[in-house]
Amino acid sequence: MIDRNITTLEDSRLLDEVTRLKNEGYRLVTMSPVEVGDKLEIIYHFDKDFKTVNLRVQMDKNTPLQSISGIYFCAFLIENEIQDHFGVEFKDLVLSFGGHLYLDEEAGIRAPYCSMSIKQEDGGKK
Amino acid sequence: MAPTVIPFGPQHPVLPEPIHLTLTTKDEIVTEAVPQLGYIHRGLEKLADIKDFHQLVQVVERVCGICSCIHAATYAQAIEALMNIEVPPRAHLLRVIWSELHRVHSHLLWLGLFADGFGFESLFMQTWRIREKIMDVMEATAGNRVIISVNVIGGVRRDLSPEQCQWILSVLDDAEKEYKELGKVFLDDYSVQKRTRGQGVLTREKAYELGACGPTGRGSGIAQDVRQTGYSGYAMLDFEPVVENDGDSYARCKVRYREVLQSFDLIRQAINKLPEGEINVKVKGNPEGEVITRSEQPRGELLYYVRASGKKHLDRLRIRTPTFANIPPLLAMLPGTELANVPVVVLSIDPCISCTER
Amino acid sequence: MLHFTPTILKNLFSKSATRLYPIEKREPFENVRGELDIDIAGCKLCGICARKCPAACITVDKKKGIWQVDPFACIYCGICADSCPTKCLYFKGQYREPVIQKVVKIMEKPVEEQVDQSK
Repeated sequence: MIDRNITTLEDSRLLDEVTRLKNEGYRLVTMSPVEVGDKLEIIYHFDKDFKTVNLRVQMDKNTPLQSISGIYFCAFLIENEIQDHFGVEFKDLVLSFGGHLYLDEEAGIRAPYCSMSIKQEDGGKK
Repeated sequence: MAPTVIPFGPQHPVLPEPIHLTLTTKDEIVTEAVPQLGYIHRGLEKLADIKDFHQLVQVVERVCGICSCIHAATYAQAIEALMNIEVPPRAHLLRVIWSELHRVHSHLLWLGLFADGFGFESLFMQTWRIREKIMDVMEATAGNRVIISVNVIGGVRRDLSPEQCQWILSVLDDAEKEYKELGKVFLDDYSVQKRTRGQGVLTREKAYELGACGPTGRGSGIAQDVRQTGYSGYAMLDFEPVVENDGDSYARCKVRYREVLQSFDLIRQAINKLPEGEINVKVKGNPEGEVITRSEQPRGELLYYVRASGKKHLDRLRIRTPTFANIPPLLAMLPGTELANVPVVVLSIDPCISCTER
Repeated sequence: MLHFTPTILKNLFSKSATRLYPIEKREPFENVRGELDIDIAGCKLCGICARKCPAACITVDKKKGIWQVDPFACIYCGICADSCPTKCLYFKGQYREPVIQKVVKIMEKPVEEQVDQSK
């Protein structure tokens, strides 16, 4: 199944829009974070009987991002994963592992999926 | 009595893969479960930075050792959509055949592990004996047993001769006969029902709200199977999603049991409808744009999000695996379960932790 | 009740499902990949296999005339054999035997046919 429709959404309208979709009976499939410069672009994928809604929201990496786990509980795992991978922080997260869902408490490297850190790790090879 | 906190996993006799659950129990009844992941995280999504988009087919096959073919087919489907490649119909149906063989062997593996989980070891061995026939089919047709590496961007790499098709059909008949005999044990046996019925109940509303997918969702009455959308060769085949309404471990087991029979049927249909023609097309250039593809894995709905900008390396490869979506439902199933039944309930979602963490 | 009894009875009177493996071996299937090998005389040392390999297990040194593979990093996908322009790469159809020490297979192009060296 191929899907290309992605609507751009202002980050201030995120909670309203997600609440509306929840009330209409949509299921949260997942969120796809993409690093674009110093912004983090998150694509929210929703589905209802194979009718999909994809919302693209750009967020500033340095300020805490808005969590939707209060509306969709299952988002907590995805948001914790994003915290681990991109070194960002979510506010209002119902169950936060504080960036240690995958990483051990003692692990030094944070945000391994950001383009900066991979260059440092393998010495800029390839 | 004060609540007791019991660590469960990552090493546990019934767990095939490492996941840690912190269980809070009161009088042997679980009241809360908190997962801890990270024992098998490999950062495969990030490998898109150093492997080119052709090599990534082999990378995504290794996301999951059990459903490798479906991962590769979904990834190839995404890249083909970006590059506007028309895959020949024969290749589509060959992908279906190998994908369904993967579903059969994955479910048989799970049924065996589940039998082991509720303490029926000889049933486990019988199931895996049937699974071995399917593994032989894959080894003989694709060259490897599990990670069969048949998909490439633009089609498939191996073809099936008419003799091979006949042989597959005869193996399937054989396997189905033995499988149906075991089915009576899985579905009607008193001791099996005693261990699985009423365990880890998940209502339809709760399952939908928590995003359950695949057999976990279908066991709770959500009639959703991505194959219904007719991606790849599924549009040419005829089937109905398998649904059970009880929402307990027994219902999830029954869904998977019936899905194996459905897959046997789909393979037969696909072999009978296999058209003549090319099996792959030449691929030139690099992908550009972004696309979301979904497909149905043995464990549920798989989602790939790919973004490319006309270079050899992709900008972003995002994989959402079914077990990742099924962990929140698992956390909802566990409260109220007796501690001794926790392994059965955990296994009932068919957890694939290496998928989850990638 | 007693749903498993027919299976037990059948198993009692039928042959074992497993083989005494190292003593009794099954013939491999026709198209099984197995271990990667090279017909070094046909190799042009172009290095396409090394570039295509997803596991980066092949190294080609054109100056020294050396083609080498790390059999323990090979993932048996067969991409190298598919993309080889002279078709000198092939899979033996037999799985690699277990060993007690890891080795790298080094093939030198012109004079000697084959030199196996330990790491």
